[in-house]
Amino acid sequence: MSDTTLDGPVLAADGTPLKRSLARALRRQKLRALMLIAPLLIFILVTFIMPVADMLFRSVENGIVEDTLPRTVVALADWDADSGELPSEAVFAAMAADLKDAAEAKTHTKVGSRLNYENPGISSLFRKTGRRAKKFDIEADGPWKEQLIDINDGWGEREVWRTIQTYSPTYTAGYYLNAVDMQVGTDGAEMRPEDERIYMLLLKRTLWMSLLITFSCILLGYPVAWILANLPMRQANLLMILVLLPFWTSLLVRTSAWKILLQQQGVINDILVWIGLVADDNRLVMINNQFGTIVAMTHILLPFMILPMYSVMQTIPPSYLRAAKSLGATDWTAFWRVYFPQTVPGIGAGSILVFILAIGYYITPALVGGTTGTFISNRIAFHISTSLNWGLAAALGAILLAVVLALYWAYDKIVGIDNVKLG
Amino acid sequence: MADAASNDGFVVFDRVQKSYDGVNLVVKDLNLSIAQGEFLTMLGPSGSGKTTCLMMLAGFETATHGDIRLDGRPINNIPPHKRGIGMVFQNYALFPHMTVAENLAFPLEVRKLGKSEREAKVKRALEMVQMGEFGGRRPAQLSGGQQQRIALARALVFEPELVLMDEPLGALDKQLREHMQFEITRLAHELGITTVYVTHDQTEALTMSDNVAVFDDGRIQQLAPPAQLYEKPENSFVAQFIGENNTLEGVVTELNGDTCVVRLDDGEELDATPVNVSKVGERTKVSIRPERVEFNKDRLHADAHLLKAEVMEFIYMGDVFRTRLRVAGNDEFIIKSRNAPDQVRLEPGSQIEIGWLPQDCRALDA
Repeated sequence: MSDTTLDGPVLAADGTPLKRSLARALRRQKLRALMLIAPLLIFILVTFIMPVADMLFRSVENGIVEDTLPRTVVALADWDADSGELPSEAVFAAMAADLKDAAEAKTHTKVGSRLNYENPGISSLFRKTGRRAKKFDIEADGPWKEQLIDINDGWGEREVWRTIQTYSPTYTAGYYLNAVDMQVGTDGAEMRPEDERIYMLLLKRTLWMSLLITFSCILLGYPVAWILANLPMRQANLLMILVLLPFWTSLLVRTSAWKILLQQQGVINDILVWIGLVADDNRLVMINNQFGTIVAMTHILLPFMILPMYSVMQTIPPSYLRAAKSLGATDWTAFWRVYFPQTVPGIGAGSILVFILAIGYYITPALVGGTTGTFISNRIAFHISTSLNWGLAAALGAILLAVVLALYWAYDKIVGIDNVKLG
Repeated sequence: MADAASNDGFVVFDRVQKSYDGVNLVVKDLNLSIAQGEFLTMLGPSGSGKTTCLMMLAGFETATHGDIRLDGRPINNIPPHKRGIGMVFQNYALFPHMTVAENLAFPLEVRKLGKSEREAKVKRALEMVQMGEFGGRRPAQLSGGQQQRIALARALVFEPELVLMDEPLGALDKQLREHMQFEITRLAHELGITTVYVTHDQTEALTMSDNVAVFDDGRIQQLAPPAQLYEKPENSFVAQFIGENNTLEGVVTELNGDTCVVRLDDGEELDATPVNVSKVGERTKVSIRPERVEFNKDRLHADAHLLKAEVMEFIYMGDVFRTRLRVAGNDEFIIKSRNAPDQVRLEPGSQIEIGWLPQDCRALDA
């Protein structure tokens, strides 16, 4: 029912429209609420939203070439890389001038490293030429084509100039192409050679292993959650402590414990050899591979599966199962038709939690993954801390983010996000 | 006390005992026989063992000792889903992820009935509880009373011969509850099914049942039709538990056939019917219903014993007057009188004399 009369909106006692009057009355309340959440809001903005936005920006940003080599970029714009000829003397002169400035500002190595990601070898070309560039006399010396090629043969290669031309715009899709094992070839984007592809393989492996981990968590967690939900309070609390115990132990310690258990001279192999199931010279390889990663990560992520399932199961009264049985259902039918469908929201919540945690997991695959069990996150970490190719790391991270969002969307379409219950 | 169960009942409990912890008996030596088509109510305070009995009958609890027979065959070792007993639960237990029609079809599906037969039966069951148009709804979209009807229809849809109901009306408001009491009894009698109904609400028990079994302390205290239960309670517990009741304590001084005289602790004497007393000198609790107390001497026998009473409080309740008296040191003595034009309204503080017909006052166990 609305209080709107035929004459127009309802007025408050002082003649202002009721809606505006209400908004004014609530404004103070809203402001106070905003003030209360402001610290957290600012914290999240500074520590989460902004870094994510910065990362997304870095994955396409490429200002360094244009900033460091402004004259070259302009001169090179007209050059046709497929003409089979080197750029004109003007381009070389522009490069010499840019290099002189860059060497004085000590930025020539940075642009060298940037271009080196795309065409290995350019880094040393820039470094070596840069050492001489400070002494360049742009007006007097020349011609620059011979001069530069004389300093380093690299300047005589068309591929070097093609790379500089391709990566001269301020924004580039190069990092993303690289992140999906592609490169800019003569006819635009193309797949990298077979032996240079790595990221798609890693991404597929990450998704596949995360799925396996999620499923093993469901299989192992469901009965535990069921027992937890059906035990008397005292025993349930005790069992709950056991479930939570891993949370209170350092991640590193737990992962290392798996190393001790699973390695070839480890506890499990020793026992298998002792009872004669495995020959001493043929011990099982259970660590530094996919198996080890799946075992260790299932163990670590299991509580995240059990807790949502438990809290959902707790709300299902035992009378449903009794009702089903009194209506003639066998134990299995009663479970499968009546109990299980009601636990799906818990399974969904647990699965999303475990899958998303698994997909971005880093420490455990790094420690027990070996070469076949590493995740894409390990590669991202490598580019952030070792190769310093932050743009590529950002592109990989952005792709990972997109994949998670896409899966989340698909989950919402198939199961419905309203069906997810954390408690 | 309940007699040893006869063996010809439709449902028979034969010396059934139940213990959960091996130390205490929750159900002690239960003997009960329920005839086909009977509406039996198990009434008692919480913890009296009535729900345990129902659960043993349904198969969710096993009897520690004794036999439960259904239609002549022992069912102790038959799992619940093979007993074919319909059950209505306290919170209805309608499956929330299924529609009303799916809920009703569930017992038919697990019995592997064909689709058309299922649909016909579901339709008939829904019409039986006047919920024909609600088949496509989810239980959460129904009101409490509607859910109750659906739960009832689901328990009846597979045509069981025995239906158990565990406090099914507990969650409804008073008006709806009274309406559903009527509906349930009507359906039970129309369909001729045997019903075992558990409740702690004595009004429900009295208005719905053919027979009421009053439970306390793991035993049946009395098994009788409602009128008999109210008017002729066999022991103090039943007298106290069913309806409003006044209790006075004393010693039997005279015992002549079907009347006796009891001297109260303050020396006053009253007339009573001996029920649980066998000899002079025995202590007893006498029980008298508030509406059977008479303070108009003309309506009593000339030689009836009278008790002195002081009016403590007069409560106007519309249809009746409720007056609280102090009798023989007990100031919770209640009398009820009908609101009639000539009815006396007793003034608080006034001294009166009360009495009753010997058959209305029962001398029970102390």
